[in-house]
Amino acid sequence: MATIGVLGLQGAFREHIQSIEACGHDAVLIKKVEQLEAVDGLVLPGGESTTMRRLIDRYEFFDALIQFGQTGKPIFGTCAGLILLASQIENDDDNHLGLMDMTVARNAFGRQKQSFETPLEIKGVADDFEAVFIRAPYILDVHQDTEVLATYDDKIVAAKQGHYLATAFHPELTDDYRLMAYFIDMVEQSKLASV
Amino acid sequence: MSNVGTDRVKRGMAEMQKGGVIMDVVNAEQAKIAEEAGAVAVMALERVPSDIRAAGGVARMADPTVTEEVLNAVSIPVMAKARIGHIVEARVLEAMGADYIDESEVLTPADDIYHIDKNDYTVPFVCGCRNLGEALRRIGEGASMLRTKGEPGTGNIVEAVRHMREVQTQIRYVQNMAKDELMVYAKETGAPYELLLQVQEEGRLPVVNFAAGGIATPSDAALMMELGADGVFVGSGIFKSKNPEKFARSIVEATTHYQDYELIAKLSKDLGTAMPGLETSTLEGNDRMQDRSE
Repeated sequence: MATIGVLGLQGAFREHIQSIEACGHDAVLIKKVEQLEAVDGLVLPGGESTTMRRLIDRYEFFDALIQFGQTGKPIFGTCAGLILLASQIENDDDNHLGLMDMTVARNAFGRQKQSFETPLEIKGVADDFEAVFIRAPYILDVHQDTEVLATYDDKIVAAKQGHYLATAFHPELTDDYRLMAYFIDMVEQSKLASV
Repeated sequence: MSNVGTDRVKRGMAEMQKGGVIMDVVNAEQAKIAEEAGAVAVMALERVPSDIRAAGGVARMADPTVTEEVLNAVSIPVMAKARIGHIVEARVLEAMGADYIDESEVLTPADDIYHIDKNDYTVPFVCGCRNLGEALRRIGEGASMLRTKGEPGTGNIVEAVRHMREVQTQIRYVQNMAKDELMVYAKETGAPYELLLQVQEEGRLPVVNFAAGGIATPSDAALMMELGADGVFVGSGIFKSKNPEKFARSIVEATTHYQDYELIAKLSKDLGTAMPGLETSTLEGNDRMQDRSE
């Protein structure tokens, strides 16, 4: 049994907690830095990345989150979470946590009226995953050993680098738990490795 | 193979706003202040509700110049208001690329009977509600997000509290009803039966419900979260206060940490004067914006 934290500063954290519990594991809503110590893996949920970053800074989460990743504990970022993880953001001199070697573009699929859903093939996860894209970013380019897991319309929309996982879409908005199960598997592997 | 404008895509957008604050802004400068303070979205309009009250007359959709200016100023979503029942104002806002449309009683209604058929649009809508019946009628028409109506532009929280309490109480009431009672309740409240069934099963509304209409302080925002709001709209409360930057930041933090009372005490210190308030019981007739639609 793994204990997975969901960063609860803003966004769709309730849905991620439901997915983790539906997979039969413990979920913890993380609102304070100290709570990070008690979890084996962390989800950075969808929401507004600008807002989340403001709150991350105001509550001194910034260094704590980077450290969490650097100790080898898995992190899964969806949409805004993907932007937080990226090492480079298009048209922006600053990045956020910079844990994953990739360049991302914000709101890259357009405004809300261009938001869409589509079945998606995700390497190692599913060939028909229901992917919901909302004012979604995409990955322009991956660097180092970051691996592309899915593309849509030739744009990279899911990637993995070691113990980091990121998607441009929102698995938390569907009842399809295969991607969460895949992440929990990564968490369990990392637990075994650290024993 | 991809589908735009599905319920999941429209409602999902509101899910991403949860735990956040949506702020009324009238120009690019205010929009940037709101974004910098941590707003999850801004509502672009020509005048904030308290100024609409003061001006009187007919309040319409904002000049597209204002909306466009705000759309270009920030990377967070931009919402905009259309008059109740004004199909064309809504289409114009959709065409301009507004991320969400508020079919709002703050503006003068264009139709005193019918709301817009919101299922027909690709862009999602938010609508006001005072009780469960009204909330579910709006969802039936295609609203993807709700907010309490409260009493806009008053800086008085009492009506927003009343409406949030009413919705929550009625959800609990419905949860304990027998199926045969539910049909009569549907008749009495004008709520679609299928949506009542869904509320009974899930114990909550099928879409996100924010608080709006009277929030003026960090404590007001936290109070609404405590009562079950998924987030808050602040209209006149920010830019009609003496120190908008500080009010905006404090309200955002109080919404995130609504049960951290030491923090809220700290946030509330030396904030300066809040917006001027209005006693809602002195409002009559058309000045009660919440009564402008059913």
